[in-house]
Amino acid sequence: MALFLLRRLGAMVATLVAISLIAFAVIELPPGDFATAYVAAMQANGVVMTEEEIAGLRAAYGLDGGLLERYAAWIWAILSRGDFGQSFEWRQPVSDLIWGRVGMSMVVELTALVVMWCVALPIGVYSAVRRYTVGDYAATLFGFLGLAVPNFLLALGLMYLSFRLTGSALSGLNDDRFIDAPWDAARIADFLAHLWAPVLVLATAGMAHLIRVLRANLLDELNKPYVVAARARGLPEGRLIWKYPVRVALNPLVSSIGLLLPTLISSSVVVGVVMSLPTAGPLLLRALMSQDTYLAGAFILLMGTLAILGTVISDLLLALVDPRVRHR
Amino acid sequence: MSAAPLAPPVSSMADPLATASGWRLFWLRFRRHRVAFVSLWIVVALYGVAAFAEFLAPHPPDRTMGRYTYAPPQPFGLFWTDPTTGETAFRPHVDGYRVEIDPVALRRSFVPDATRPVDVCLFPRVEPYRLWGVVPLEHRLFGPCDPNDPFFLFGADRLGRDVLSRTIHGTRISLSVGLIGVALSLLLGIAIGGAAGYVGGALDAAVQRVSEVLRSLPTIPLWLGLAAALPREWDPLTIYFAITVLLSLIGWIELARVVRGRFLALRGEDFVLAARIEGMHPVRVVMRHMVPQVTSHVIATATLAIPAMILAETALSFLGLGLQPPLVSWGVLLQEAQNIRSVAAAPWLFLPGGAVVLAVLCLNFLGDGLRDAADPYDV
Repeated sequence: MALFLLRRLGAMVATLVAISLIAFAVIELPPGDFATAYVAAMQANGVVMTEEEIAGLRAAYGLDGGLLERYAAWIWAILSRGDFGQSFEWRQPVSDLIWGRVGMSMVVELTALVVMWCVALPIGVYSAVRRYTVGDYAATLFGFLGLAVPNFLLALGLMYLSFRLTGSALSGLNDDRFIDAPWDAARIADFLAHLWAPVLVLATAGMAHLIRVLRANLLDELNKPYVVAARARGLPEGRLIWKYPVRVALNPLVSSIGLLLPTLISSSVVVGVVMSLPTAGPLLLRALMSQDTYLAGAFILLMGTLAILGTVISDLLLALVDPRVRHR
Repeated sequence: MSAAPLAPPVSSMADPLATASGWRLFWLRFRRHRVAFVSLWIVVALYGVAAFAEFLAPHPPDRTMGRYTYAPPQPFGLFWTDPTTGETAFRPHVDGYRVEIDPVALRRSFVPDATRPVDVCLFPRVEPYRLWGVVPLEHRLFGPCDPNDPFFLFGADRLGRDVLSRTIHGTRISLSVGLIGVALSLLLGIAIGGAAGYVGGALDAAVQRVSEVLRSLPTIPLWLGLAAALPREWDPLTIYFAITVLLSLIGWIELARVVRGRFLALRGEDFVLAARIEGMHPVRVVMRHMVPQVTSHVIATATLAIPAMILAETALSFLGLGLQPPLVSWGVLLQEAQNIRSVAAAPWLFLPGGAVVLAVLCLNFLGDGLRDAADPYDV
């Protein structure tokens, strides 16, 4: 187990480095750097900076070094001080802007993950056990639609329906009157009343996938001799299914969380933009549009890191559940 | 065969299945999948639409009719009843429009009006255009007999452009992004996966690690970041190719995984070993003996990769960082439907989304069918 853990953590560090390189590339690719942007912003306000001041600015932010030096400075600032650089557009440290957004994203994504599992599990088991019934066909149809409908279309469709039926468009996670309000009971109730829509949209696509995988896995298990043996001994059908084959069929699913999480984070970006949620997605898009590179880079770094943490956690879970994995 | 009941086992040679080639067996297995088979024809039809978009669409994609902004879809009918005389006659038409003014908001809106039919013709004469920019033509498949009449089967957008024509033209870009992207991924996937599977060892381990890293990345934020870094002064066509390359940078992983897995399994087979012992060049071993064995799997996986590419392009363009107007793709069209206010006023702007769902669904069914047919253990 210790060896497994060590190997997994080593892979994680390598992946994190890869992500930080990609995020850094996003920061570096657009022409110009923080100093040119800053000087342009100051000029727009009528402040003319001398060459020495600009050089000082570059030195202060470590912009005059080579590519590797700049990368090292950027990473070191993040690791040592949690300093992600400055946002050009907002004139604030990036770290002041992102954490609230990323936290909100995590709330939405984790809720979606839980809902996804809680709904997909019974439906998947049902459609495997009652194969070729109306319920199974309905689940299969739903699965294919969930696969084929882009989630922004689903979000828009839901918003359109709600707009037609109730006159409100289901956007945001709180009513306008709660902006800057403390998180008291009223705000939390309002939050929950808004949360269902994005969670429903996010859960649908992943749910379709989970149901398909679970159904296929369980169908493989249902004909195995141990199931027949248990049935021959008179175990009640419900207990039999849930106690043995379902547990075996769940294993590949636990590992699929690792692949589900990147997809979930991806789609929450799109859904966040469509439903104008106060999550990371809309701010990332805006940062990319206005070339606010440090902000965008920080978001990409954090999203990647979260996805990888999730993958590692799911791997560890799998190792706990399945001895075959940890003794490989 | 029944005429010779006592014939020796040689008679089994007459069984067409016994002598059928691998591809014929593949095709026969595939035919049994009815949904996949129907999907195949729909996919072929969609690519046909993509190929002949200029001829099939009733209008050029960028033709604006400023009088008809946000005109709703017109119902189509083959027979028309004259409201004054009450006579019904064969007359293909769509209903014309009547303008209504909202008494409260004073907003003009169009309502289809059955008393003002717009005649519809097959092969109407239109302004000369060129198919694929080469073949000069003066007719389209169908459209209004008088080119100045309004003809919006899917409604019109905010500039009075025909949503149906734009959707048909969007088919070309959206479907070709999938095809070109998959072709690129295929090159990368076969080269990388094949090398990893054939050589094995350290190379294999390295490829495995890299693809694990890429698989655990959230793709949309990444693509967004890289697409935003593309120089803005590039022309739309260059952007189109750049986006396709970006998509295939992630797309090769699944293909490489399949090729690698099959190559690892094949490497130990006797016929491969025999070829190697005979001193055959590794490239020839791979191309002559191993590639034909994986072709059907690769085709199936590639087909399943196309819809993923289409969805990715649609999402990127929808967010405004993918393809840019004047290029017309389904994602670019759906950008018009981005805010709820325009969708509430003109729900037909959703219709290009229907095309996305149809294409993705059919390609998925087709890929599933091909994958099942490629599986030699499921006879």
